[in-house]
Amino acid sequence: MALSILHRATGLALYVGTLLLVWWLVAAASGPAAYAHVQAFSGSIIGRLIVFGYTWALMHHMLSGIRHFVWDLGYGFKANEREALTWGALIGGIALTLLIWIIAYANGGGR
Amino acid sequence: MVEFALPKNSKITGGKTWPKPAGATELREFKVYRWNPDDGKNPSVDTYYVDTNDCGPMVLDGLIWIKNHIDPSLTFRRSCREGVCGSCAMNIDGQNTLACTKSMHDVKDGAVKINPLPHQPVVKDLVPDLTNFYAQYASVEPWLKTTSPTPQKEWRQSHEDREKLDGLYECILCACCSTSCPSYWWNSDRYLGPAALLQANRWVSDSRDEATGERLDNLEDPFRLYRCHTIMNCAKACPKGLNPAEAIAELKLKLVERQI
Repeated sequence: MALSILHRATGLALYVGTLLLVWWLVAAASGPAAYAHVQAFSGSIIGRLIVFGYTWALMHHMLSGIRHFVWDLGYGFKANEREALTWGALIGGIALTLLIWIIAYANGGGR
Repeated sequence: MVEFALPKNSKITGGKTWPKPAGATELREFKVYRWNPDDGKNPSVDTYYVDTNDCGPMVLDGLIWIKNHIDPSLTFRRSCREGVCGSCAMNIDGQNTLACTKSMHDVKDGAVKINPLPHQPVVKDLVPDLTNFYAQYASVEPWLKTTSPTPQKEWRQSHEDREKLDGLYECILCACCSTSCPSYWWNSDRYLGPAALLQANRWVSDSRDEATGERLDNLEDPFRLYRCHTIMNCAKACPKGLNPAEAIAELKLKLVERQI
């Protein structure tokens, strides 16, 4: 049940995250000054935390969504399979998030 | 409707601690939900001490011991005392299960906490009102429906077709699954719940039944079937080890398959 709640919570967070994405795109379209403003915010500590959280919400929701997809196809209902899928989504979501950020920083994204 | 808190008249307040039985050497603490429709008070949780040397190992044995030795007013359903009838379903240590098959020694640390099945109207103490639950079971028309002429002897079924009913026919309708489901807590007026849906799949899967299409039509509804969000509490709760979540997924698949 906890993961079902988390799936919904991350889904809700994605709505908010998408608004931020829209803000970024609109700023990019409206000119260098507006864009710099958004870049400054998303580059700040709080901004980075939010983007990090958004990355995790996206990755977790994706893997959790795949888990639901597997169930909708009629597989993975045994107790051990159920637990494996659930832990897989939770741990996989965190792992993918860290991986993305490590790659981003390794490519000079943190400057 | 989504509800996160209990209504005012269902809030648990206080409770009586009954004296420990005299001369007992090994005691087990039981914390049991009490509510009496006649005294106008809110529910409470009473504390009892059970002499485990004088009593069987199951939670139901403990409840019967309390009723016989301490408090005859304690009210609960029970019948077969061996996991066949489904009468003694209740919430024990946070899990819906049968009191007769749950050992009180499997409840770790401290008191054995017993509540009625969640989110159902309470008749008294541990007795829930399952009228709606039974009506939903009846709504899936759990009997063989045929149009072909009745055969001279029985309706025949191959061994393979009979095997398709395994994991479905064993349900004892104890309501542990349905009352563990948040979707059912909040939409039980329109959502059939895991138990009734498992039974629906039992009849949809029966090779002898000739009303499969009609049965599926009845389920094709945003609430009756599709309030299931694969939360999986039902599969976790079932004291018979059945998997209502899987049965519901099969129903959803059958609804899609017939459109292809």
